[in-house]
Amino acid sequence: MTALVEIEDLTVRFSGERTVHAINGVSLSVAKGEVLALLGESGSGKSVTLKSIMQLLPGRRTQIGGRIRFDGRDVLALKGRALADFRGRDVAMIFQDPSLALDPVYSIGTQIAETVIRHEGVSRVAARSRALDMLKRVRIPSAERRLDNYPHEMSGGMRQRAMIALALACGPRLLLADEPTTALDATVQMQVLLLLRELQQEMDMSVIFVTHDIGVAVEIADRVAVMYAGTIVETGTISQIIKDPRHPYTKGLLAANLHGAVKGSRLDAIPGAPPTLEEPPTSCPFAPRCPSALPVCREARPPLVNRGPGRAVACVLEQEPAI
Amino acid sequence: MSASNTLSIAPSLADVGGPAQPLITARDLTCHFPVRSGTFAPKKVVRAVDGIDFTIRKGETLGVVGESGCGKSTTARLLIGLVPVTGGKIIYDGQELGADLSLRNLRRGVQMVFQDSFASLNPRLTIEETIAFGPKVNGVPQAEALAIARDLLDRIGLDPARFAGRYPHELSGGQRQRVNIGRALAMRPRLLILDEAVSALDKSVEAQVLNLLDDLRRDFDLTYMFISHDLNVVRFISDRLMVMYLGEIVEVGPAEALYHKQAHPYTAALFAAMPSMDPDARTQVPPLAGDPPNPIDPPSGCRFHTRCPQASAVCGMTRPKVTTLGPGHQVACHLHDPNSGHPEATT
Ligand SMILES: Nc1ncnc2c1ncn2[C@@H]1O[C@H](COP(=O)(O)OP(=O)(O)OP(=O)(O)O)[C@@H](O)[C@H]1O
Ligand SMILES: Nc1ncnc2c1ncn2[C@@H]1O[C@H](COP(=O)(O)OP(=O)(O)OP(=O)(O)O)[C@@H](O)[C@H]1O
Ligand code: SF4
Ligand SMILES: [Mg+2]
Ligand SMILES: [Mg+2]
Repeated sequence: MTALVEIEDLTVRFSGERTVHAINGVSLSVAKGEVLALLGESGSGKSVTLKSIMQLLPGRRTQIGGRIRFDGRDVLALKGRALADFRGRDVAMIFQDPSLALDPVYSIGTQIAETVIRHEGVSRVAARSRALDMLKRVRIPSAERRLDNYPHEMSGGMRQRAMIALALACGPRLLLADEPTTALDATVQMQVLLLLRELQQEMDMSVIFVTHDIGVAVEIADRVAVMYAGTIVETGTISQIIKDPRHPYTKGLLAANLHGAVKGSRLDAIPGAPPTLEEPPTSCPFAPRCPSALPVCREARPPLVNRGPGRAVACVLEQEPAI
Repeated sequence: MSASNTLSIAPSLADVGGPAQPLITARDLTCHFPVRSGTFAPKKVVRAVDGIDFTIRKGETLGVVGESGCGKSTTARLLIGLVPVTGGKIIYDGQELGADLSLRNLRRGVQMVFQDSFASLNPRLTIEETIAFGPKVNGVPQAEALAIARDLLDRIGLDPARFAGRYPHELSGGQRQRVNIGRALAMRPRLLILDEAVSALDKSVEAQVLNLLDDLRRDFDLTYMFISHDLNVVRFISDRLMVMYLGEIVEVGPAEALYHKQAHPYTAALFAAMPSMDPDARTQVPPLAGDPPNPIDPPSGCRFHTRCPQASAVCGMTRPKVTTLGPGHQVACHLHDPNSGHPEATT
């Protein structure tokens, strides 16, 4: 499998009132047609990773280091027209809150058509028929009529589907999905996840899917990268992560998931809270909360060590050679 | 832990009817919100809660689940008098609200914790002052109120020496939610309503708060009404489960039993929408098609019939009766009523 996206040693620091070392050396690759889930808790750097790929971070207050390559091209060097073409045509993004993507003053049909015209220069008629086709593909009922609906005239689940239609209208090769189902009901969430899975296969897209819910990752992902404090602590296939988690943080996250926890039992909660990231981590960022921490964990940051193809763990307990 | 229960204020409303009397009984409870669609348009109402009957027993945890907009929060708000009752009765420990019990007294016995931990805290008060505020307003002297606050901080896992003087913005989301729980407990309620109280928290923090709630329930003799869309959470915390759909109750039963076997087709769809947690057995078919109908003009007969995979002609015409399936297990669906006329009904 060839990589479509390759992130190498990405660092992101926000300066301003308070310095935040949001991303501290993230390396990732996503193959063509692969769905990678970025799994991690609030503040772990999931959204910032996606925004770095889209170059959506505030320019003046952000220091970015490392490399991001898309199909061999240097993404961080893209500017002006090239960047505008990259966003929306090669890469598209969907969000938890569709109002970030949908404009309240234009109908859904107009918004999709405009995007298609901008990126592909097709006629108005062709663009409108693409819009209709997209609404049908995301299974919005009575699509013809819905073309002229404004976002506020739709239910939450339907708006989410409209946003997906807009994002996929120009057939992007990479979809960045930032918790697109988190705000939805369980039943609607499952509808949207099944839809995304189907469209991803039909269009042979690569997807980076951000979530804090391991159950959602199980439904959608081929591979998972677990983030903590702006670092990747573990990667593996979804089966490996679920059945054989290696990093103590991943283990803690699975134990706290509550799946199958019955009344009267005690939950294995991870004690404490994540670091504030005013300084970049110089030791294992999980050490203060880790039940297996050793003195060496506080001395240096454990590197992400390969434990087989596509499998890596950043923990001193995993650093003996693989058997 | 309960040995350190030194709070000087007794539960705000003493027990009246003994353990067998439900703490809350709702009879035909209704809440309609008027909506304005235009100056000359006919008057319409949102049937947020539409004639529901339920009880909450002393010491139990009642979980409430259902799709967004089905009326869970409105039911909770009715129980603490935050929205006016359109019809029906609320009976608190045998005393009927409005007849034997004033709203003011009801509010002393029932407290609520919301999802948004930040919006519900006053940014200008330290967390110690926040927790002491309620008792002070109710006439507890300042020094005593602060002592209560510090004791509670300790109980909710926030060391008073480190945390008492902090402001809400100096706390994490999980810590703020602990403060909200502490503030509610300072009023010594007997019923604590938790409306999506852990939903905004990270999984690892959520587990911490759920463990805490379990301890507090025992230490303070609490009864919980726990609203959540996360069925794993609800299963972990609840004794009984109440399932709502479009302003009505469709099924009530023991949580563990319902978790394993759902009687109402909507409950079944809700449980089928839980992620599988097995990458080799992913969900293949969406558990429920379509969007929820409009609560202004709900479907006739069974309100679920427009989306129900097992609906038959009778479902669109007749409102299903409540059928008892087992101890404490009730369902409102024609499938379970032998005399309903539904061709697939159990006999
Ligand atoms: N524009 C910004 N300026 C300053 N700090 C920022 C900015 N964007 C993000 N951060 C900080 O960077 C860190 C990582 O944030 P990020 O949004 O990537 O987290 P996340 O993993 O997406 O969390 P969540 O699950 O809450 O969305 C956080 O500490 C956040 O406060
Ligand atoms: N103050 C109000 N005025 C008008 N309509 C209201 C008001 N409060 C709630 N509603 C409506 O009443 C219905 C029930 O709302 P409620 O908040 O009780 O639902 P819920 O089950 O708590 O949903 P969620 O899971 O999204 O919190 C919805 O259709 C809602 O839009
Ligand atoms: S009464 Fe009919 S429509 Fe309603 S849930 Fe039962 S079978 Fe379905
Ligand atoms: Mg985010
Ligand atoms: Mg609600």
